[in-house]
Amino acid sequence: MTDPIHSGPETMMGAVANDIAGEAVERQEEAAAEASAVLDKPHSLGSDAWWQMRRRPMFWFSAGLIALFILMAVWPSLFTNGDPRYCDLTQARHKPSWEHWFGTDIQGCDVYARTIHGARSSILVGVFCTAGVTVIGSIVGLLAGYFGRWLDVVLSRVGEIFFAIPTLLGGIVILYSFPSRPGTPYAIVVGKVVIAITLLQWPTIARIMRASVLQVMPHEYVTAARGLGARPGRIIVSHILPNAVAGVIAVATINLGVYIALEATLSFLGIGLQPPAISWGIAISEASKMGFLTSAPHMLLFPSLFLSLTVLAFIMLGEVVRDALDPRLR
Amino acid sequence: MIPVIIGATFILFVLVFALPGEPWQGRCGERECPTAYVEAFKREYNLDKPLLVQYALYLGKLVQGDLGVNFYNNHVIDELAVRYPTTVKLALIAILVEVVIGIAAGLMAGINKGRFLDSLVVVSTLVVVSIPVFVIGSVAQWSVLKLDLNDIFPVTATQGTLKQLILPGFVLGSLSVAYVARLTRTNLVENLRADYVRTARAKGLTTGRVIGIHTLRNSLIPVITFIGYDFGSLMGGAIVTERIFNINGIGGFIFRSINQRDGVSVVGAVTVLVLIYLLANLVVDVLYGVLDPRISRD
Repeated sequence: MTDPIHSGPETMMGAVANDIAGEAVERQEEAAAEASAVLDKPHSLGSDAWWQMRRRPMFWFSAGLIALFILMAVWPSLFTNGDPRYCDLTQARHKPSWEHWFGTDIQGCDVYARTIHGARSSILVGVFCTAGVTVIGSIVGLLAGYFGRWLDVVLSRVGEIFFAIPTLLGGIVILYSFPSRPGTPYAIVVGKVVIAITLLQWPTIARIMRASVLQVMPHEYVTAARGLGARPGRIIVSHILPNAVAGVIAVATINLGVYIALEATLSFLGIGLQPPAISWGIAISEASKMGFLTSAPHMLLFPSLFLSLTVLAFIMLGEVVRDALDPRLR
Repeated sequence: MIPVIIGATFILFVLVFALPGEPWQGRCGERECPTAYVEAFKREYNLDKPLLVQYALYLGKLVQGDLGVNFYNNHVIDELAVRYPTTVKLALIAILVEVVIGIAAGLMAGINKGRFLDSLVVVSTLVVVSIPVFVIGSVAQWSVLKLDLNDIFPVTATQGTLKQLILPGFVLGSLSVAYVARLTRTNLVENLRADYVRTARAKGLTTGRVIGIHTLRNSLIPVITFIGYDFGSLMGGAIVTERIFNINGIGGFIFRSINQRDGVSVVGAVTVLVLIYLLANLVVDVLYGVLDPRISRD
């Protein structure tokens, strides 16, 4: 039954709304309508975001790439039987062939095997830095935002100071003060890079978390929880954190890619990971020496391609996650 | 901002000199430092005094431009004084690239929002952001050599002439070009929705005038501040670029000092770069209030 009195204003409003907000909102509304048709039960932000992401080819592309690189990091023998540390000097700087898919480097090592095995360092550094930065940054942000007053002042000022030091420069100073030598165990070499990046990067997440907490705090459910006598710990963990974490997740994903690039840059400068550790940054550093650029470009191109694709995949995934979690940004 | 500068130098100082471990480690090449050197080092940096006194004395030296003496018995500040014109030239070329290409790309994308050109800019900036600068630099060198363009864009810049610095400038600016393009686009799109733009259109102004005079001018305020901040970080990015193109600027000096394990030079030069970065931020903060009177300095 069409009732002109009731249907009229609605369509009018719909038209006006569409005019104002344009096609993006229209698409969003369509998607929301579809979403509610698919998911009959009321859905959370998480499931809504998941539904949003699933529809985008960019999500599947980046998630697929990330899955591939993680598999490479965990289980390199799945991709190559070659020993990345077996080098034959008589085979140095060979062009790509059936035997060596990506050719061989200056020492005669198989570039394919070394590129596959290089994934582990990058993924390890990326994951641990993200974990460290997210945990420290979130705790600081939550404390500063929730308790406010002098704690907020102190934590924010300290954060500002760390934030003011450019990460590449600070990383050089830290890693220079605690140098790794060829004999240093792999875990410690990686650990130093992780600590250096984490130490300089936590304020980014702390700022975002603090801002979200301040947004969540005035809501009634927080007041209600406090009125019912919940302790601060409980309010933070079960009411504030779940509602404030969305922005942090998106930025943390993008930053994972940024940390991988940072590690590679430090390794490229000869101050991050050190040989015998296998890393794309070290490989590119070797390959970019003037004499090898023209005679063995494969040494440069393959590790560069893998590195760039990894960084791209995480940044893309982060952008998709951000769009899905925060529809206002679209 | 001043407390931040003091705090940042304090952190650098603690990281280098005051943490457990031996700060002279790695300053004597690949061997243990002789006792005489350790003693001299302790005396020079007052490591036997309380932490805050140590820091105050260090800061006093820093203010006077005393960054210590390196392996070759040269004052680090003199080494930097010789090299800074090259790095500043490089950074200025990079900023020019950012301004011209970045704003043009952002402008085209913003005007054509949602169309092909816009998507092209958005996707290509994403790709550029994802490729680390040293990969862009090395691949640029390789392509130039491959295409035999070495006479037009030299791939090494040992003398640091303007012609030699063009390719490195592009490489150094590449990441920021992407940010400038995105920033311009976002702000333009936002401002094009503003009431004063509608008023300008309603008055019958041409599209060129509406965008060029009214919208772009307002959209560029955040872009200009970004570029100001970026000048400082370009000085840091120069370490990578100058290493790739073998440029004898501050960045190249830091890279060579890292490889020669010349600690006094590394720490001194990096501290100066951090200070330049912080001072650039300070200047931008002040300028921001001048450019956009709505932002009060509180």
